[in-house]
Amino acid sequence: MEIKDLIFNYSLRLGDSSLVIGHRLSEWCGHGPILEEDIAMTNLALDLVGQARTILTYAGEVEENDRTEDSLAYYRDERGYRNLLLVEQPNGDFAMTMIRQFLFSSYQLLLYEKLQYSKDKTIAAFAEKSMKEVIYHVRHSSKWILRLGDGTAESHERAQNVLNQLWRFTDDLFDGDEVDAELTKLGIATDLSLLKPVWFEIVKKTFDEATLIIPQGEWMIRGSRKGIHTEHLGFMLAEMQSLPRAYPDAKW
Amino acid sequence: METTQWNLWEVFTQESPGDPHVHAGSVRAPDAEIALQNARDVYARRGEAVNLWVVPTEYITASTPEDQGAFFDPGNDKAYRHPNFYKTPDGVKL
Repeated sequence: MEIKDLIFNYSLRLGDSSLVIGHRLSEWCGHGPILEEDIAMTNLALDLVGQARTILTYAGEVEENDRTEDSLAYYRDERGYRNLLLVEQPNGDFAMTMIRQFLFSSYQLLLYEKLQYSKDKTIAAFAEKSMKEVIYHVRHSSKWILRLGDGTAESHERAQNVLNQLWRFTDDLFDGDEVDAELTKLGIATDLSLLKPVWFEIVKKTFDEATLIIPQGEWMIRGSRKGIHTEHLGFMLAEMQSLPRAYPDAKW
Repeated sequence: METTQWNLWEVFTQESPGDPHVHAGSVRAPDAEIALQNARDVYARRGEAVNLWVVPTEYITASTPEDQGAFFDPGNDKAYRHPNFYKTPDGVKL
């Protein structure tokens, strides 16, 4: 692959994960457990969709094929999406949304901490700017995990069930391929395998404190970097893309 | 009284360093940390504040409308209570 293809691919991965989890969070709008949390989750959604806009715009520029943030977001099918499997999982209950967020945001923070020194200036600036937002995402979700895990019997049971369900998507976070390897050599991306143990220590500390147990020996599901997804992404995209696909010239 | 609502907290925002904290509104939250987060998300998301206070509403002691006369009547007939008899030096802004 040429370097421009590598950067295009890499930018899609960054942007798609932010876009998909941002859209998932926006599904809570008007359905939050309390008004304040409804606002908090849509705030997170806005941060993440904003990140996606920046980096998908960049992907379009790098590709030089006249694709904008909108055409990339609304006119790619499931197999064209490069988001992590974790972020496309449905919202479930509040515990599921918060644990998904915590697993992802802790990863995203470590990744952006590295990418702020990327030799690609756009990616570096993007990572540096987004880090402030992600620090808050980690904080917000981790505070809730402590309260849900170490709360009532019901909240503990729900949180543990969710952790058991979501853990199988966590190896996918670090499943780098030749795009990561090539770009890491060039000082543009970072070695994901080095982030994994750091990430594990961080999440384990919070789960320990929340009296939640990380499952062991789960069958780990991978494939996001090849565009292989779980059954949930297609339905989400169908809804997310329905308006621009039905009215391609609509302006709003 | 049995309630399904979390406790109420009053939120005070400081617009820039050195400014007084001004009452912005209230949030519901189960504890202080969550109250602070909720206050951030509801009242300080668009650059309105550099610092936040949250205070449990139950700890605010307020005067009642009935107190109005006894507490706040300015005593306008007692001119000596008001600092009206000083000359303001030149250059002092009022």
